[in-house]
Amino acid sequence: MKLQVNGQTHQVEAPDDMPLLWVLRDLLDIKGPKFGCGVGACGACTVLVDGIPTRTCITAAADVVGEITTIEGLPSGERLHKVQEAWMRHEVPQCGYCQSGQILAAVALLEEIPQPTDEDIDAVMTNLCRCGTYPRLRAAIHEAAGMEG
Amino acid sequence: MGKIAKYTRRGFLGLGIAAAGGLAVGYYYYKKPYPNPLPDTLAEGDFSFTPYVIIGSDNAITIITPRAEMGQGIHTTLAALVAEELDVDMDQISAEHGPAAAAYYNSAMLREGAPFAFFDEGFVAEIARGALGVAGKFLALQVTGGSSASIDAFDKMREAGATARAVLVEVAAQRWGVSAESLTTARAEVVNPNGERLTYGALAADAATLTLPKPPALKDPSEWRILGKSQPRVEMREKITGAPIYGIDVQLPNMLYATVAMSPRFGAKAKHADEAAAMAVAGVLNVVEIATNTGHGFGIIASNTWAAFEGARALAPEWEAASYPEDTAGLKVLWAEALDRESSFTLGGEGDPEAAMQGAEVIEARYSLPYLAHTTMEPMNATAQFVDGKLTLWLGSQAPGLAAMVTADLLGIETDDVEVITTSLGGGFGRRVEADVPLYAAAIAAQTGGKPVKVTWSREEDIQHDTYRPMAEARLKAILKNGLPEALDYRVAAPSINKSLFGRTFPNLSAAGPDRSILDGSFDQPFSWPHSRFAAHQVDTDIPVGFWRSVGNSINGFVHESFLDELAFAGGKDPLEMRLAMMQDERHAPAREALKAVAEMAGWGQALPEGVGQGIAHTLSFGTWVAEVVQVDMRGGTVKLEKIWAAADPGMILDPGNFEAQITSGIIYGLSAAIGQEISFADGRVVQENFYDYDALRMAGVPPIEVALLENSPRMGGAGEPGTPPIAAALGNAIFAASGKRQRSLPFGNEIDFDID
Ligand code: FES
Ligand code: FES
Repeated sequence: MKLQVNGQTHQVEAPDDMPLLWVLRDLLDIKGPKFGCGVGACGACTVLVDGIPTRTCITAAADVVGEITTIEGLPSGERLHKVQEAWMRHEVPQCGYCQSGQILAAVALLEEIPQPTDEDIDAVMTNLCRCGTYPRLRAAIHEAAGMEG
Repeated sequence: MGKIAKYTRRGFLGLGIAAAGGLAVGYYYYKKPYPNPLPDTLAEGDFSFTPYVIIGSDNAITIITPRAEMGQGIHTTLAALVAEELDVDMDQISAEHGPAAAAYYNSAMLREGAPFAFFDEGFVAEIARGALGVAGKFLALQVTGGSSASIDAFDKMREAGATARAVLVEVAAQRWGVSAESLTTARAEVVNPNGERLTYGALAADAATLTLPKPPALKDPSEWRILGKSQPRVEMREKITGAPIYGIDVQLPNMLYATVAMSPRFGAKAKHADEAAAMAVAGVLNVVEIATNTGHGFGIIASNTWAAFEGARALAPEWEAASYPEDTAGLKVLWAEALDRESSFTLGGEGDPEAAMQGAEVIEARYSLPYLAHTTMEPMNATAQFVDGKLTLWLGSQAPGLAAMVTADLLGIETDDVEVITTSLGGGFGRRVEADVPLYAAAIAAQTGGKPVKVTWSREEDIQHDTYRPMAEARLKAILKNGLPEALDYRVAAPSINKSLFGRTFPNLSAAGPDRSILDGSFDQPFSWPHSRFAAHQVDTDIPVGFWRSVGNSINGFVHESFLDELAFAGGKDPLEMRLAMMQDERHAPAREALKAVAEMAGWGQALPEGVGQGIAHTLSFGTWVAEVVQVDMRGGTVKLEKIWAAADPGMILDPGNFEAQITSGIIYGLSAAIGQEISFADGRVVQENFYDYDALRMAGVPPIEVALLENSPRMGGAGEPGTPPIAAALGNAIFAASGKRQRSLPFGNEIDFDID
């Protein structure tokens, strides 16, 4: 199968039902998407497929059509994405393990709703964070919403 | 890197070492952690080292932070302690806790000779502290008690920085032919009053050969530039760019992938497994048996993790019966029987509650708490390679020394032949102290012909093979006098964590002495009972129990603080006023201040609409005093969390932003458990499998949380745990205030609905 990841085309040999998560992590050595549950219940494995947040642990790689963006594909060169900038400023991560998924979910949210309300954030940001970084996540999303670029 | 250097009786010795990319010098080390901490005894006894400062000739400054970073900001805080005294800024340093620190940790623990020497309070304390995610020695002094004034990272790391600075200044003074006292330092440079400057890097090679007669004086806190202020986290950029820093991200040449299928009936072995079916899964390479002290089962080796998971499913092992009652109801019978028996031990207490209760009107209550799993966000994993009798482990570990010890024992090699490379941890909460993860990885690595193998547990395996927060049942009796608490009879049945931990980790040893974790958070609280008795009714099974964020305090914090609330209402008192009235001892002052602060923030005592209520609780744990208020709105028929306020006093706050984040994190962790988490048993095994039946709060369920930081306590306390213990009680008390329904059984969600999404 062919996968478009972060602007590059990869030709991969994998069984049809192999989840995208493990293709990315184990076959392509792209470690940004994390394994948290394997059943679509935590969001740690989130990537964007044509801009849409996708839980890769329950998505067969063979079924993916479109451009995949992982956290590695988010910053352009040394410049961080504004969501990452806001994350830095609010010191959001604790252990950090969930944050690739959280950041990508937030990027997608802001694409869809540039000025989200708290209710919008509650509805869309359903990824789990066992460190409980939610208050700072929320603050960072609001800040990113007010930022350029 | 890193040769072991010797400490001389005259003072500190720097040692030049070869580091990757050039010369690194200024490798300073300190006395071992446990004996007398005072600097003036440094010449005594047996010395070892802990933190390091490495200064490159290019002025690159690396601070070794030999503690597991699992989100608690410990690398930043440890680095800040050194940077403060070294007079460098945080943007000039890098913090590292990689191979050198892990290797060092091993040798420091093992150097002392006989392994048994470690199984004293100091060693248990070390495990416990590691387990609790606290900042080295200084943030959890009360875990096992008795060591609260001992040497700590707070001193050690600052001394490391001060010593390095002093030798650098001394070398500069010699070069310029001036007195050291006339020189100042800033931003990694020594400054001559005449305007000349030398970088630390230019001085480092000479400084490394210098000895100091005595440790230099440390700065007074009033002179601090870095400590006491929020610092940017040193690893922040890695964590927002998805850098492969966790154990699960380890990638090595020729690496194999594996998972485990261990017996979910603890202590039981396999009866049957379909190895042929597992081998038939594409990508599965081998199935090996695992037999260790922590469990029996199988390792499934494959060409990728997913194939290993599929292989484990196909293997479908059947297991022997469990040694304990097969379901939660049956287990509860054991707990009830334990409460009916004589107590195992008592702690604290005073007066004669039994006599005091004669003929008085006794208030009774029973409380019930389930087992809990940790569910760190990163599932359990370890990578291992066993070549030529030497084992290398890549492990996100809270206790790398322990991992080395147990894996060496399993493979029949020396502990020195195990190298543990500590990765970042995707959450710890006490789970990553355990021996099982490295043991299974080592067992599998012994059968891969020398190839490295990354062993990743599925979430199901993780939840069903945890070392759980103990299930507990409590029976309480109390009487009032003039509406105030007069006598308390406090009994709690729970398993001993120490006994369980020793049983699975060092089966030849038995844990000595009472396990105070059964009663932590009750007998040790700042509350004056004229008569009280705190009794532990120990009830042990093969179900492994371990350190769960705040350990026994999370159990007794709930029971003790909920029951105080009951007594306040029984006596017609305001719960805050009653607590303050019973906290008149001078030593209770930080508790009073924390309670008053949180009450003021929350507007405690204001008239609230019918169906809206506030609950208050306070727990002193790990040396930090934390009062919390929860406000709930039940007018819609469900519990809606409106707001949480906390006032936390750890005595001294080194990094306010990080401390606040830790308290908040502890609150949310406890809140998730209080609302919905329960590990239950059926058929001799854990029922819950994944986040769909063992969930935690998401964004929508977490109300605004406001934390006030206080510094009234005379001693420094912890950050990672103390937010957790009061929250369940504060929530239960709020539900009572709003609805009149007393909550005595966790999780509350079993009986009432919460509006959390
Ligand atoms: S790992 Fe994919 S949602 Fe949890
Ligand atoms: S930061 Fe640790 S799980 Fe979110």
